[in-house]
Amino acid sequence: MSPDPSPPAATTVRPHRSAWAVQGERALEALVRLSGVSAIVFVAAIFFFVLREAAPVLVKDEFSLGQFLFSTEWYPTSASNVRYGTFALTVGTLSVTALAMVIAVPFGIGAAIYLSEFCAPRVRETLKITIELLSAIPSVVWGFIGLTVMSRLIVSTTGAPVGVNVLNGGIILALMSVPVIVSIGEDALKAVPDSYREAGLALGATRWQLVYRVLLPAARNGLLAAVLLGVGRAVGETMAVLMATGHAVHIPGSLLDSVRTLTANIAAELGEAPAGSDHYRVLFLTGTLLFLITFAVNLAADFFVRGIRRR
Amino acid sequence: MALAPAPATGRFARTPHVARKERAESLAQAVFAAMSAAMVLPLLLIVGYLVWRAWPALGLEFILDVPRRGMTDGGIWPAFVGTLYLVGLSLVVSTPIAVMAAVYLNEYARDNWFNRVVNLAVINLAGVPSIVHALFGLGAFVYAARFGYSILSAALTLAIMTLPVIIASTREALASVPMAFREACWNVGATRWQTIRAVVLPNSISGILTGVILQVSRAAGETAPIMFTGAVFFKAVERGNLFPYGLSDQCMALSMHLYTLATQVPNVKESLPYATAVVLLGSVLLVNASAIALRVFLRGRKRW
Repeated sequence: MSPDPSPPAATTVRPHRSAWAVQGERALEALVRLSGVSAIVFVAAIFFFVLREAAPVLVKDEFSLGQFLFSTEWYPTSASNVRYGTFALTVGTLSVTALAMVIAVPFGIGAAIYLSEFCAPRVRETLKITIELLSAIPSVVWGFIGLTVMSRLIVSTTGAPVGVNVLNGGIILALMSVPVIVSIGEDALKAVPDSYREAGLALGATRWQLVYRVLLPAARNGLLAAVLLGVGRAVGETMAVLMATGHAVHIPGSLLDSVRTLTANIAAELGEAPAGSDHYRVLFLTGTLLFLITFAVNLAADFFVRGIRRR
Repeated sequence: MALAPAPATGRFARTPHVARKERAESLAQAVFAAMSAAMVLPLLLIVGYLVWRAWPALGLEFILDVPRRGMTDGGIWPAFVGTLYLVGLSLVVSTPIAVMAAVYLNEYARDNWFNRVVNLAVINLAGVPSIVHALFGLGAFVYAARFGYSILSAALTLAIMTLPVIIASTREALASVPMAFREACWNVGATRWQTIRAVVLPNSISGILTGVILQVSRAAGETAPIMFTGAVFFKAVERGNLFPYGLSDQCMALSMHLYTLATQVPNVKESLPYATAVVLLGSVLLVNASAIALRVFLRGRKRW
C-alpha cells in the first residue's frame, strides 16, 4: 500500500498475508456464518424447550388432546375435578383479536393510503415518526392504560359493571397493532409501480378513484400481509390483555363480558403452578399451541409479502 | 383568477359526473386524514393524561428513592437499576450475534432455499409471542441450563427476543451501502471479509447503532419474558446504590414494577403507578426519539 514511484520490478511481488491473518479471517467468517444460522437454531430451540416441558403430560392417560382443545372447562387447581380445556381461552383470544382487527384494519389501511397517496412529504414524516413512537409504547403501559383510563371510560359510557372486558382489550390491541398495519401497508402501496398511477391519472381518474380502482387491487397481497402481521401481534400480546380483559374463563356473550386469552392465562397462572406439575405442563402446552398459531400466521404473511416482491 | 371565467356551457365545463368525482375525492382525503389523525391523538392524549396524573410524585427524588411502606410509597430505584442491568446485559449478548447474522444474510448468503429458511426463521423469531419467549427462557435457561431465576436467565431471554430488531435495521443499513463501494474494494484485491470490515461496516455503522438503540427500548419495555425468569416483585436495595445486583441474583424491573403496583399491591399512593408508567414510557420514547433523530441526521449527511 505504500506509494512507490519507482518503475515496477521485472518480477511482480505478490503481497502476501501472514498465515495468522488468513486463519483469523477464516475463523471470523465461520463465526459470521454460525450467527447467520443462529436464527434457525433459536426458533427450533424455542419450540424444542417449550414442547419438552409440555411433553410428559401428552402421554398421560388422564389427559386427552381433544379435551384440551375443545372443552370449555378450565379447572386447573380443582381438588377433585381437574379439567384442562382451553376452548374458552381460545375463544377469548379470537374475540379480542377480531374486535381489534375490526377497529385497526380500516384505520390502519386508511392511514397507510393517506401516507402513501394523499399527504405532503412533511406531514408524512411527522406521521411516520408518531406511528413509530406509538409502536414503541411498552405493552405493560398499554395494559396500565386499559386498566385505569379505558376501563373508567367504558364504565361511564356504557354502564357496564366492570371496565376490563372484550371491548377494552380490543381497543387497546387495536392501538397496539395499528402501527404494524400502517407501516407494512404503506410499503405494499409504495411497491405498486408508478406507471400504474400515471396510467390512471392520464385517464382522468381522481386520486380516490386511483386508490380503489387501481392501488387496492394491485397491492392486495401486501395489504393482506399487513393485516396478518397485525393479527399475529394481537394474538401474541400478553401483558396488555392480561391487565385489560379481566379474568373470566368463559365464552363471552357480549362485548362487555370479561374474558381471558391464551397468553394472559399463561402469564396469570405460571407463577402459581409448581414446576413439573400437570398444570405447569399444560401451560407449556398452551405455549406450544400459541407458537404454532403465530408461526402459521407469520408464514402466511411472508408468503403474501413475497408475492409483492416478486412482482 | 386573472383569466376570464370560462363560459358555463363551454367544452370544459364541470359535468355532474366530474363534480361528483371531485366531491368523492375531497371526502376520501378528509376521511383518510381523519383516520391518520386518530392515530396521532391517542399518543398525545395518553402521554398527557399519564403525566398529569403522575405529576405529584414525579421528580428526581422519585427515581433515586427506594419503595417504602410495603411499596405503597417512596420511589423506584431498585426497579430502575434492575432494568438498566437487564437491558445492558441483553445488549451485550444480542448485539454481536445479531450484527454478524445480518452481515451473513446481506453479504454472504446466496438466494437459495437454505437462506430462505434462515430469513423465515428471523421473521418468525420476531413474531413469537413474548409469553412463549418467557416459557422458553424458563425451560431452557432457568431449568435446563441451571442458571436459576436470575438476571442472567432474564437477560438471555430478552437478548434472544430482541435479536430480530437489530438484525432488521442492520440489514437495512448494510443493504444501503452501494454495491460499487464493494466492487471498488474487491478490485484492489481485498478479500470479502476485508471489504466488509474496511468498507461496508464503517459506512453502515450509524444504521447499526439505530438498531441497537431500538433494541434497548424494546428490551426495557418487555415484561412477560422477565416475569418468570428473573424479575421479582420486591428486592431490598439501598437508596442510590448503583451495583446492588450480581449476575445470579433476582432483580426488580421497571415494567414488572408497574405491573405489580397496578395489580398486586393494595392501597398504593394514587400517583405512584402513574409516575412509574411515566418514567418507563418516558425513557422508552426518549430512547426511540434519539434513534429517529440519529437516523434523520445521518440521512441528511449521506453523500450517495
